[in-house]
Amino acid sequence: MTSFMLAGTNASKISSQLTMLRHQMGAPAVGMVLTLVAICDESNQYDAVRAATDAAREHPSRIVVVIARSREEPIRLDAELRIGESAPGETILLRLYGDLTRHAESVVSPLLLPDTPVVAWWPGECPQVPAKDPIGLLAQRRITDARASADSVKAIMSRSRGYVPGDTDLAWTRITPWRSLLATAFDQPVGTVESGVVEGSPGHASAPLLAAWLSERLDAPIEIAESEGPGLTSVRLATSAGDVSVTRSDSRLATLVRPGQPDRRVALARRPTSELLAEELRRLDPDDLYGAAIRHLAD
Amino acid sequence: MDTEPVAPADEARTVAAAAAAAATTEAVARANPLRDPRDKRLPRVAGPCVLVLFGVTGDLAKRKLLPAIYDLGNRGLLPPGFSLVGFARRDWQDQDFAQLTHDAIKEHARTPFREEVWKQLREGIHFVPGEFADDGAFDALAMALKEIDETRGTGGNYAFYLSVPPKFFPKVVEQLRRTGLADAPEGSWRRVVIEKPFGHDLKSAQDLNAITSAVFPESSVFRIDHYLGKETVQNILALRFANNLFEPIWNRGYVDHAQITMAEDIGIGGRAGYYDGIGAARDVIQNHLLQLLALVAMEDPTSFDANALRREKEKVLKALRLPQDLALGTARGAYTAGWQGGEPVVGYLEEDGIPADSITETYAAVKLEIANRRWAGVPFYLRTGKRLGRRVTEVAVVFQRAPHLPFSKDDIEILGQNALVIRVQPDEGITVRFGSKVPGTAMEVRDVSMDFAYGESFLESSPEAYERLLLDVLIGDPPLFPHQREVELSWRILDPIERFWASQGQPEGYAAGTWGPASADNMMARDGRVWRRL
Ligand SMILES: NC(=O)c1ccc[n+]([C@@H]2O[C@H](COP(=O)([O-])OP(=O)(O)OC[C@H]3O[C@@H](n4cnc5c(N)ncnc54)[C@H](OP(=O)(O)O)[C@@H]3O)[C@@H](O)[C@H]2O)c1
Repeated sequence: MTSFMLAGTNASKISSQLTMLRHQMGAPAVGMVLTLVAICDESNQYDAVRAATDAAREHPSRIVVVIARSREEPIRLDAELRIGESAPGETILLRLYGDLTRHAESVVSPLLLPDTPVVAWWPGECPQVPAKDPIGLLAQRRITDARASADSVKAIMSRSRGYVPGDTDLAWTRITPWRSLLATAFDQPVGTVESGVVEGSPGHASAPLLAAWLSERLDAPIEIAESEGPGLTSVRLATSAGDVSVTRSDSRLATLVRPGQPDRRVALARRPTSELLAEELRRLDPDDLYGAAIRHLAD
Repeated sequence: MDTEPVAPADEARTVAAAAAAAATTEAVARANPLRDPRDKRLPRVAGPCVLVLFGVTGDLAKRKLLPAIYDLGNRGLLPPGFSLVGFARRDWQDQDFAQLTHDAIKEHARTPFREEVWKQLREGIHFVPGEFADDGAFDALAMALKEIDETRGTGGNYAFYLSVPPKFFPKVVEQLRRTGLADAPEGSWRRVVIEKPFGHDLKSAQDLNAITSAVFPESSVFRIDHYLGKETVQNILALRFANNLFEPIWNRGYVDHAQITMAEDIGIGGRAGYYDGIGAARDVIQNHLLQLLALVAMEDPTSFDANALRREKEKVLKALRLPQDLALGTARGAYTAGWQGGEPVVGYLEEDGIPADSITETYAAVKLEIANRRWAGVPFYLRTGKRLGRRVTEVAVVFQRAPHLPFSKDDIEILGQNALVIRVQPDEGITVRFGSKVPGTAMEVRDVSMDFAYGESFLESSPEAYERLLLDVLIGDPPLFPHQREVELSWRILDPIERFWASQGQPEGYAAGTWGPASADNMMARDGRVWRRL
């Protein structure tokens, strides 16, 4: 990997430096398909960059990481450019000081790849209405993560207030394998669901979200219960034909139980952030079902 | 082209069966409150089923099939209860087959090994020992499957994968009929998967089909041409039909000719028994290259469902015309000793198990024309060979020169023709070649390439061809599998060439590591063209 530091710089210098680095490496702008802007702080930037770079293997992207530093300092922009030889895409880390921290979009916007989608991602705390955030405004897809909030459950419960189509939350992405498994359990008729319960470790944002989705789709009351975890541990649905359940106690292997059928074990591992991100980047159109689920959750 | 390869009655049955299958899946989707067409995150997952694999000890099973099954599991695409039954003439228990599967996965799977995925797979692994001629073994297989339905809830849905030499197909298919395993009870399905070669000429392809179609309806027969499972090959359809940039010039008005190449650097390796008497054209042109040609040349299908897609491919295959004079419009060769990538290698006739008087070709090139409005007069050159310079498969569409060039002759001396190249393997992607001004000089124009590295960047997580095809078999989604009619049409094209070659004695030699015999270059030169240097 080639990296390059620019101290006290601006967007246009960063652009030309990037072009120069690429030329030096003999690598022309290879098919990058999108720009991913990660809004971080110093404490979570390392993990965010790692996840984003891994996801870029599936979706070659320009990754722009915006790190706000002290507001008290004089205005200043430092940049670090990384171009990987082994991985596609390129990474730009921006460190903003002083008043510039409130005008990050002025640096980011000239660094976006032209004419390709822009995705904004807040791995940590996020604005109330991501779509109205100056950087959120540049993006057609905005990814938040309720888990990073001090109170994850409250965060996910209140997502619908700031929701604009194009928003998603990684708490939703985390439950895709659960939803997929539950959907297969219903591929053969099982009867109507009368009630259900989703169990997860306390404060886990995905549990209420999964319950909301189920309740919305099945039109039945679904409760949330606490368990020792880790993460989600079970979904039990009482149907007219008997219980359908998925239980997972080791965060890896789950057991599916359906009335009149043998119990079956299915791999249901928790996924690293890079995989969640890769899933997000696969489809860039608004996720209506997420919208429906958080609305139902808030009701 | 005389008679239609398939009787209309069979056609009607196929269409009816397909319609019925589609209707049930839609009904299922409607009945399942957790599914929603807008929910694009939920992957296509097959319903509960069993995959019965014949030939588990073979090269294909170990290198491709077993790893692909694991990778599917790892991506969460295998249904709960999915079971895998191995059949082989070994005195084995379930755990021995599990061990073989485990080793194959460790060595060849593309996704990382995860204990929980392996556990899920392992629970569904069973083994049935026996010979294909042994009725008792198949009775045992039938019993085992029944039991699996009960213990794993697989609902009588079985896919039989025949990863065995084609000469055993009749025997295995007959056993499946005798034991009733081929007949799906109401509400379940039975499918059979066969690997190439689909015969060695039209007659044998029809015979082979007669055997399978006597037992399985055409809609239950899945013929694997693994090229069609490759992302880049499917991308041909996206490239052509999702864009407005290429289609307007994708015709005789702008295209000069096309070259479709599959070159291998390896020799025949240990496959002498299979290869001798078959040769390059039957091995590669009949299936892979003609399928590629069909995708590149066909009209736009009304949709991407199997019927619409196959209909368009068939139309192109039907419109193919052989050269008037086969001696001038085809070329063949066999490699002789030489240097391949820095190593000395033996010639074809010196390979183990090849008779010194073999007339089998290891290189074949043919020129085909397509008799329709879009392509009349545009030759499609197909070539394949072993022990060529390097391993590469590509489709190159070469455009005509600009009708008028306002440059002096000297300035454009080394300007070639524009080309659009679809690189199938390795290094999947697309290259566009066009002229560009050389900086600094007055006005010298030279060819440059613009590259879209599809493969390199996506390769790591994009599924292997066999993964995609296995999933399609289990879901019952047939567009990527050639229909028997396509197989027969392809043989109709190749048979006259093979007959002609058979009367011509031994093929011309070409030194290993070079790009084929002189006759192939001459064939192009007569048309005022050259093969692309790859
Ligand atoms: N390998 C490839 O890359 C490739 C590519 C395209 C198509 N194919 C096709 O795929 C199929 C399998 O290919 P392969 O390369 O895996 O072949 P292979 O290595 O020769 O394996 C053949 C399998 O058939 C079994 N078998 C042979 N005779 C048998 C008998 N009398 N009773 C029971 N089992 C018998 C073998 O078991 P034993 O171990 O007991 O002999 C072995 O498991 C063939 O149709 C081939 O044409 C292969």
